[in-house]
Amino acid sequence: MFIKLKSLLYNNEVRAIAFQVLTVVFIAYFVYQAFDNMMLNIEQSGIRSGFGFLNDEAGFAVNDNFFLTYSPTSTNLQAFYVGIVNTLIVAITGIFFASVIGLVIGIARLSSNYLIRKMATVYIETFRNIPILLQILFWYSTALSVLPPTRNSMNFLDSVFLNSRGLFLPKFIVGTEFYLVLASFIIGIATYVFIKKRSTKKHDDTGIATNTIPHFLGLVVLLPIVAYFVFGAQLEYPALKGFNFQGGTDLSIEFFSLAFALSIYTATYIAEAIRSGIDSVDKGQKEAAAALGLKQGQAMRLVVLPQALRVAIPPIINQYLNLTKNSSLATAIGYSELVTIFSGTVLNVVGQAIEVIALTMLVYLTISLFISLVLNIFNKKMEIKGK
Amino acid sequence: MAVYPLKETKKAPQSQTKTIQWLKENLLSSTSNVLLTLIALYLIYLILPPILNWTIFDANFDLTADNDSCGREGACWAFIYDNFKMFIYGFYPQEELWRIDTMFALIVVMIMFGSWIKKSQYRMHYIIGAFLVYPVAAFFLLHGGLGLEVVGTDKWGGLTLTIVVAAVGIVASFPLGILFALGRQSKMRIVKFISVVFIEFVRGVPLITILFMASVILPLFFSVGMDFDKLLRALIGITLFQTAYIAEVIRGGLQAIPKGQYEAADASGLNFVQKTTLIILPQALKISIPNIVGSFIALFKDTTLILIIGLYDMLAIVGAATSNSSWLGRNSEGYVFVAFVMWVILYSMSRYSKKLEVRFSTEHKN
Repeated sequence: MFIKLKSLLYNNEVRAIAFQVLTVVFIAYFVYQAFDNMMLNIEQSGIRSGFGFLNDEAGFAVNDNFFLTYSPTSTNLQAFYVGIVNTLIVAITGIFFASVIGLVIGIARLSSNYLIRKMATVYIETFRNIPILLQILFWYSTALSVLPPTRNSMNFLDSVFLNSRGLFLPKFIVGTEFYLVLASFIIGIATYVFIKKRSTKKHDDTGIATNTIPHFLGLVVLLPIVAYFVFGAQLEYPALKGFNFQGGTDLSIEFFSLAFALSIYTATYIAEAIRSGIDSVDKGQKEAAAALGLKQGQAMRLVVLPQALRVAIPPIINQYLNLTKNSSLATAIGYSELVTIFSGTVLNVVGQAIEVIALTMLVYLTISLFISLVLNIFNKKMEIKGK
Repeated sequence: MAVYPLKETKKAPQSQTKTIQWLKENLLSSTSNVLLTLIALYLIYLILPPILNWTIFDANFDLTADNDSCGREGACWAFIYDNFKMFIYGFYPQEELWRIDTMFALIVVMIMFGSWIKKSQYRMHYIIGAFLVYPVAAFFLLHGGLGLEVVGTDKWGGLTLTIVVAAVGIVASFPLGILFALGRQSKMRIVKFISVVFIEFVRGVPLITILFMASVILPLFFSVGMDFDKLLRALIGITLFQTAYIAEVIRGGLQAIPKGQYEAADASGLNFVQKTTLIILPQALKISIPNIVGSFIALFKDTTLILIIGLYDMLAIVGAATSNSSWLGRNSEGYVFVAFVMWVILYSMSRYSKKLEVRFSTEHKN
């Protein structure tokens, strides 16, 4: 009997089970204690619990609102949605500009021109070694002090205005004409994609290349402009009324500073990812391309970059996620995204910290999971075949 | 026998001398290269003069100037001079500043002593001992007690607070990170599940939400009336956050260990604890060192976020100093100064981590 027990004690599986049971009991005890204290604390402070507060009237105005209907009489749930949309909009804007700047700087770092190469290095080393929150605050305070007050707005053709409150743009008046212009824009893009595909196929089959840039200009740029005049769509122009501009769309200065800082900061990481991607391509590839008679630009575009991007894209996608998470720092300058509206204003009004912060985290978790999913799909697709 | 004296060597042609040759190769090798050079020069012309004008040529270096006499065309460096102590020490009482200085001086002394006994067989003991004793000493120096006057954490601030938060974050998250990394690699289902959920959850949300959680929700979990220091809450949040990232870094190191090492340890009859502490971890940690430094750099940058939950790190001092009526509106000077200090620290650390990377990568190539 005793010997049997002893052998149980030294049995790895038994040990593993015992250890796990202990862990679970330990954690369960802590969770129970925490929950118990929490209920007591909540009861004492007189804060209600549950998600009923989502249907209450929000009671506060929001500066940045792009296309959802929202007013102070809307519910907290609607404020939550406005927050999510604003987070996504600033993230997408930031991702777009960070990618463009990052690509340019990444290629510039490998330029044969000394000045360009050094400038790209200085750019990267400067901006990636300064905390992003500091950069956001700096650009915000600089924009506020450099841009003119509303009275003396910078005026471009009486339709676009820039001042220390933000950028004011004309807006389409939504109606039949607007939808017709939008439809022609979509048709233009679709037709162009079709033509582009056919020309690629022709190039693959016969080796004859067609220049599709005129098609692009005609279908994607010219067509909507023509449609705009033909259908006579109306624009609503911003105009100075009293102390502020009325009408049109406005992008607040907070939005600008945040998007600007995020783009500049994240671009340094994207540039580094692209540089290391290009570095990872074997030198023989470039030489082989040259031996086949490709020009330098063609070799870069057709041989080096496709292979470089396979290495560079996973870290770049991670940076997109980081940028989205960093957009939460907006709360320091008051751009109305998720954390500012929800974990800031709504939390202060209703005081239900657990529910509010849990919902906020849930949104970011969903975005993170979505992005890891994209990353996994990409990695599967890009796996070198036959490995 | 005819003697042929050596002729004097000719100077290289003008076009081949170093400078001109260099210019030709690096700036003017082709038409497009010339164009790029011109663009670069134009960009420099656009960017550099305003920066230099503001920081130097139009700036006021008179350190006795006040806000009004300073002028608004350029920077007013008297602002930094006047608030320098606040940027470094926060609101720590003047007569107790020697305690912070001692704390930092101790680090320097310890590192110097460490490198002096580099070859000694007791070096490892010294390092472990220092890691155990120093935090305690630093705590009593900063906070007080043992005969020293107690200075509340609400008085801590500036660069000191930044360094304290970063240091506590890295030191506390290290053992926890190792545990979670091992947990994630474990064959025990439940342990693995808990580790994965914790790591992925923390890495999936922004630090600011974790800080909010630590500062607002955490006190609710403890019994009523228990006073919870604001700084302590921030430290808990930062540590949890850093733990998840360190765990992932160390997991990378664990995965890089060849399977043969595990098998050899098993074959030698080592049990799990011996296998992990004597065979696996020393190798895994060594591989992870460059990434651990990288993760510390990220943590150092992230410490600025504590200003959002109302602590006065160096960045928050800018706001505090410029809300004082005698220095209204000097935010730019403050931000530039803090950016400069942070940049110097972060840039040196990133250089150091690059150096480590090179050192470790050459070791593994052989």
